[in-house]
Amino acid sequence: MSTRTIFDNNLKELKDLLLKMAEKSEHAIKEAMIALINQDMEKAKQVIDADNEIDDLEYEINDKALLLIARQSPVATDLRKINVALKVSSEVERFADIAVNIAKSALHIGNEKHFKEVIDIPKMMEMALEMVSDSINAYYSEDITIAKKCAEKDDEVDKMFGRLIQELLGYIPQNPHATNQIIQLAFVCRYIERIADHSTNIAEHVIYLVTGNRVNLNA
Amino acid sequence: MAISTLTRQVFDIKDLNLWYGEHHALKNINFPINKKEVTAIIGPSGCGKSTFIKTLNLMINMVPNVKMTGEININGQNILDKKVDLVDLRKLVGMVFQKGNPFPQSIFDNVAYGPRVHGITKKKHLDEIVIKSLMDVALWEEVKDRLHAPALGLSGGQQQRLCIARALATKPEVLLMDEPTSALDPISTLKIEEMILELKEKYTIVIVTHNMQQASRVSDKTAFFLMGELIELDSTSTIFSNPSDERTEGYITGRFG
Repeated sequence: MSTRTIFDNNLKELKDLLLKMAEKSEHAIKEAMIALINQDMEKAKQVIDADNEIDDLEYEINDKALLLIARQSPVATDLRKINVALKVSSEVERFADIAVNIAKSALHIGNEKHFKEVIDIPKMMEMALEMVSDSINAYYSEDITIAKKCAEKDDEVDKMFGRLIQELLGYIPQNPHATNQIIQLAFVCRYIERIADHSTNIAEHVIYLVTGNRVNLNA
Repeated sequence: MAISTLTRQVFDIKDLNLWYGEHHALKNINFPINKKEVTAIIGPSGCGKSTFIKTLNLMINMVPNVKMTGEININGQNILDKKVDLVDLRKLVGMVFQKGNPFPQSIFDNVAYGPRVHGITKKKHLDEIVIKSLMDVALWEEVKDRLHAPALGLSGGQQQRLCIARALATKPEVLLMDEPTSALDPISTLKIEEMILELKEKYTIVIVTHNMQQASRVSDKTAFFLMGELIELDSTSTIFSNPSDERTEGYITGRFG
């Protein structure tokens, strides 16, 4: 006879809730990016408005996790699962905040015509989004191979970030009228780089969850 | 028994095997027990934990048909090896059981019993021992005005603390506790746990418990027994955060046992 059915079900609910939160955050990032590229102010505002929902999900996850600790006295892997759910939910909440930041940059640029076609930023975003989905998959399936693979991509994103920032700043002297726009785009690059960092953090939490050892994948 | 107090270990159990008739109840146990630490022993019913703790003061010899091989070294001396004076051994290694079992005597006489057996008769000396022992178990304030009242009139939790005081009165080095709080209410349980943490300043404590939270609250080391084997012995923090054996993990997380 199984002895921890209720607890195991509660843990599963916690994980499913986190998955839902991650899907919403991932969606928010994608929408924010579309708003930026297509200069769609309406969409940018929608992303900003939808952030409350994600915040509420984080509170719900926190409350559930604390109740589980209080009522079920978890130890060992069980306790790590709850600890990691709390950590991962904070990282995912940061994804959603970054989506809001990108949407705000889209609003700052407004309808001012892009000084050149935006090509590399979406490419960098694609890489970061792959990391997001890898990190969440790794968490959901408790798979350290996926976690490590995710973290390996962080270097590429970092390199791309360095290169794009140099390029963008280089455009300012010839396009002084577009300074505001260029600075906003540089911010967006920085936000994308942060998405990759938070994904790497999730990958580290997954490794801790499975092995009980802390690793730094970001070194 | 010559007692060296230089080493860090009180007990060093080596390759201990125990049979009840044909039943192999303890299998190749190797178990060092450090001085002034609390060691908790956990495991499902019938895993050998009570059997193990009873070998440490040879109370196991009261069970018929018991056979043991290996070594139980206490302060360097193997108690399985030679004629050990059981009275001396049990003075050194005191024991407390599941339910308080005071003698049907006064509170004072219960605590003075051991010292009297060991030849202490002077009232002043006995008074000192009784007061000190009752203070050690935080019972003094509760009973100081009725030392000559019957011990059986105390509450369950007080009776258990009295029995611990009785064990301490002979100045043991080690205190064995076999599920000392399983018959007590939560507050009495917590009082005993607080007391254990104070007692370990002076004594080495080995406690068998079914209550995993109790093991995690009071002990420095935790040992997990299963079917007569010592599966894992490690610091309590490690056992309850990241045990190395999956059977330990299964047991402490409540998934089997």
